[in-house]
Amino acid sequence: MSLQIENLTVAYGKTPVIRSLSDQWPEGCVTALIGCNGAGKSTLLQALAGLIPMQGKTAISGISLSPEERRQQIAYMPQDTSAQSSLTVLEVVLLGRLGSLGLRLPAGIADEAMAALDTFGLGALHTRQLDEISGGQRQLVFLTQALFRQPRVLLLDEPTAALDLRHQLLVLERLSQISHKNGTIVGMAMHDLNLAAQYADRIVGLNDGQNIASGSAAQVLTAKNLKTMYGIEAEVTQGPQNQLQVRPIRAVT
Amino acid sequence: MAAPDGASFAQADRAAEAALDIARTPDYRALILRRLTRLVGAVVVLAALVVADILTGPAMLGLSDVLTGLFTPAKADAMTRVIVQDIRLPMTLMAILVGMSLGTAGVHMQTILGNPLASPYTLGFSAAAGFGAALAILTGFSLPYLPWLTVPLSAFVMCVLAAALVFAFSKMRGMRPEIMVLAGIATLFMFQSAQSLVQYLAAPEVLQAIVFWLFGSLLKASWNNVPIVAVVFVLTSLAVLPNLWQLTALRLGDARAAAIGVDVGKLRKKLFGVVALLTAVAVAFVGTIGFVGLVAPHIARMLVGEDQRVLLPMAALMGAIIMAGASVLSKLVSPGGVIPIGIVTALIGVPFLFFLILRGQRRHW
Repeated sequence: MSLQIENLTVAYGKTPVIRSLSDQWPEGCVTALIGCNGAGKSTLLQALAGLIPMQGKTAISGISLSPEERRQQIAYMPQDTSAQSSLTVLEVVLLGRLGSLGLRLPAGIADEAMAALDTFGLGALHTRQLDEISGGQRQLVFLTQALFRQPRVLLLDEPTAALDLRHQLLVLERLSQISHKNGTIVGMAMHDLNLAAQYADRIVGLNDGQNIASGSAAQVLTAKNLKTMYGIEAEVTQGPQNQLQVRPIRAVT
Repeated sequence: MAAPDGASFAQADRAAEAALDIARTPDYRALILRRLTRLVGAVVVLAALVVADILTGPAMLGLSDVLTGLFTPAKADAMTRVIVQDIRLPMTLMAILVGMSLGTAGVHMQTILGNPLASPYTLGFSAAAGFGAALAILTGFSLPYLPWLTVPLSAFVMCVLAAALVFAFSKMRGMRPEIMVLAGIATLFMFQSAQSLVQYLAAPEVLQAIVFWLFGSLLKASWNNVPIVAVVFVLTSLAVLPNLWQLTALRLGDARAAAIGVDVGKLRKKLFGVVALLTAVAVAFVGTIGFVGLVAPHIARMLVGEDQRVLLPMAALMGAIIMAGASVLSKLVSPGGVIPIGIVTALIGVPFLFFLILRGQRRHW
């Protein structure tokens, strides 16, 4: 199983944001999308999730999917964590399985949702209102909701943006574990290149809506690519555990 | 791939799996139980108000007369029977049904527009109904065979027209909530102006009839119109039943609701139609009642939270309680007479709302 993207083009009005992008995201792999602000990372994820109009083809295991099918099969977590709602944390997680919820909750689903919350240490918050918890906790709740859907494809827009260092590591390790264990296709937009190098199996470099490099961290995180994508000079070295380390030196104009 | 904290995850997984064997959500269950208890409490309060409403009135009937007229009408004298069965009971039922319709319409409106100030009144639906009624009263036109339906039908048609206007404008911009609110406010001002023009053109006695209609009054209730409001309320409630969780999801915002599989545009269109129908029918038969649709949802939200499975019935009950309470008060304020209920609804609802705002520690919007 893989997520195939062929000639995907997205435009806001007449302004193209994604230009004929093609790639293939294999199952059991975490793919990190990197690129500067406005490179098209969020737009690409939303288009793949069937939330905005696009041209081109998206398929899972060769079967082309309509936007409606993508909305049903692909879980997407937006970047914004500012939802002002008095829904409880447990209700938010339950909404992840929207299709199976009725007037009566299916047996055991609330306990399952609790167990899902416990994996990020959020069980104690389950009756708290969403607007009573911190931004980082909200991000973890929304991540739990996305995982609770048990999707084939999981797309996350900067899933660690509001988290402290410990939780960044915990979340990325968890995603990597789920992807490898269940074969879930995980795609996520990231700004921290060192974390991308450490946790992603593949990296896709975006610049001005185009895929300029994709592959392993060593293939994508080169000084030349970083200069093209971010307009920076950076030093790329091997860390003590052989992972790549990116050290930005200066911005170039 | 580094694994900085793999052991802690394995431990958490084991704990989570073990936890599935026992009930893990006692607090959530307690929360659900608390909400259901409050729902039952609201039913009890409404039942008490229904009895009080049927008991009070200018005819000064005693409790035993009313009970006889209500439950064994054959044994009651003709006057008591007519007062209880044909005047008071339809008025009470109409108060409950209109309250339930407006409370429900208010929740739907606030949910689909993501706006705490949204209500059928603020989006111009009631103003349009008022214009329709005023126009019918001014022209003196009467429907053949069904003269009692002339004014309500005119009000209904204008209300639906206003809804269609707001819908058409909003659809041009992708049913975005802010466009719906702006189009609604523009519609409100347009129909208010038209209503004022009709009042300006009317002769004094016609003007009096128009103003009385606009106040909103349960005196228009009868066995002809009560079943119509009841049927519309039941049918629209059934239509919304499959969408309760989707509506709950909408409170997370359009983007998040769409991300978990809600077709936000489709849901918004459907609910907009439901709101238009509920409001048009309710307002057509009793006149303009502006406060219930705005406040009943907020009171309900403070009592039971955002889960629409409980919020919707609670908002309907709160709307009915405000209307029934206002109906009792309207008969007590001037003994021997009945003040139009539209004047009294805010007097009942505002103190209760303030009490809940001051008492509550949590945010509710």
